[in-house]
Amino acid sequence: MQILQYLINGISIGAVYAIIALGYTMVYGIAKMLNFAHGDIIMVGAYISFCVTNYLGLPAFVSVIAAMAVCTLLGILIEKLAYMPLRGTPSLAVLITAIGVSYFLQNGAQLIWGSAPKNFASIVPLKPVFLAGGELVITGEVIVTILASVLIMVGLTLFTTKTKIGKAMRAVSEDRAAAQLMGISVNNTISMTFAIGSALAAIAGVLLCSTVPTLQPTTGAMPGIRAFTAAVFGGIGSIPGAMLGGILLGIIETFSKAFISTQFSDAIVFSVLIIILLVKPAGLLGKQIQEKV
Amino acid sequence: MLKVEDMHVYYGAIHAIKGVSFEVGEGEIVALIGANGAGKSTILKTVSGLMHPRSGNISFCGQDIAHMDAYKLLRHGLAHVPEGRRIFLQMTVQENLEMGAYINKEVSQKDLDMVFNYFPRLKERRKQIAGTLSGGEQQMLAMSRALMSHPKLMMLDEPSMGLAPILVDQIFEIIKELHKSGTTILLVEQNARKALQIADRAYVLETGGITLSGTGAELASSDEVRKAYLGG
Repeated sequence: MQILQYLINGISIGAVYAIIALGYTMVYGIAKMLNFAHGDIIMVGAYISFCVTNYLGLPAFVSVIAAMAVCTLLGILIEKLAYMPLRGTPSLAVLITAIGVSYFLQNGAQLIWGSAPKNFASIVPLKPVFLAGGELVITGEVIVTILASVLIMVGLTLFTTKTKIGKAMRAVSEDRAAAQLMGISVNNTISMTFAIGSALAAIAGVLLCSTVPTLQPTTGAMPGIRAFTAAVFGGIGSIPGAMLGGILLGIIETFSKAFISTQFSDAIVFSVLIIILLVKPAGLLGKQIQEKV
Repeated sequence: MLKVEDMHVYYGAIHAIKGVSFEVGEGEIVALIGANGAGKSTILKTVSGLMHPRSGNISFCGQDIAHMDAYKLLRHGLAHVPEGRRIFLQMTVQENLEMGAYINKEVSQKDLDMVFNYFPRLKERRKQIAGTLSGGEQQMLAMSRALMSHPKLMMLDEPSMGLAPILVDQIFEIIKELHKSGTTILLVEQNARKALQIADRAYVLETGGITLSGTGAELASSDEVRKAYLGG
């Protein structure tokens, strides 16, 4: 029963990583860059939600929408100001800029909200469900997190396969020049990707802080790196890959904390990543590019 | 319709196109022939806005397009079927055609029927992932995709590349049909014999500059062209 409990908790934290990883993977697929500031968008989202509920006294769902709106704008703004001017430059320049943006967001948050951790009250009003005579506890946060991740996954799949804009995003991701020849604006598509990724990051931030209630300017950093790992693990650029990678990572992390060592859990997670990449360099669901002559 | 004047294009420090001028009139088929590396594809990429000239003019239907972004040009009626086809290999045939119709209000059945009429094979394969098509079918898809937006000028880069002779004939037949139905064609080809057969006019390109020009028949019978490009 204990194992089942760890599994459920692992899936839940993994679902948060998966939502963050979706942002990493979409931006990588379309803008061909690693947005290392993505993790810090999570933190901004959580702070916005915190402020809206605590200072304005508005209901939780309003705070989530506010967080999504702010993060969407922030994502678009970061892309326009920091990354767009570097389009066409070596990827190292963009990578370093992304790390700079990450520090900028962390320090900005520290300036606005201070470095002392805030106690984030869960936005989930549901009571825990007790199963198997109280041995198995499924919290409201777990239920909402898993539901949210499934909904997001289904929504994104429908968006990219059924809508014109979604298909255009796939076209840009596959061949940027050919997409332009179809009349698709690459700049608009990239903005759209940052908008969606950042809105998802806001949701992930609120869910994360509802489960782990300490909110501080560095809150997004570690989950961001783990989610990046999850995206690579699942095959960067692949939407189902990000989902699978996130959930597996959450399970591995929870089990290594439970059975091996809390301190070493990150080391174990990254070791698993290294082993997977040695065996499957493109990640679990990554596409091996094939070209036809 | 399309007028290029003294166009210079660089790849970094490499001076790839050295002052090229040519014209394509409405209703013509114009061919650009020349050896590998002469700069044919670079010229098309520069006209379609994927690259920009360092100097010189490019105008299309009276409008200056030298520095226009590639994605805007299709809306002016200029389509480019690039070298290597560049279809979206992970998308289905149908989705590729939908991308071709991206600038249209909707994907109309009439347009789909039009391209399936030219290329019936694609109709059978519309649900198939484009990466699984044969080389010939991929070329058909690339051309169909460009047709979906009803371009005024279609630029074709090496449509016969890597195809079996029978398919090459088929593709050239369709180029002729497209031309008959009112599309102006700018054709880049290594297969000079085929290109000169259907071209109203042609230009010969050598290492970044135009060395000869004339009607298709004139060039096909010129000694220089025969020696260099038609195998004596």
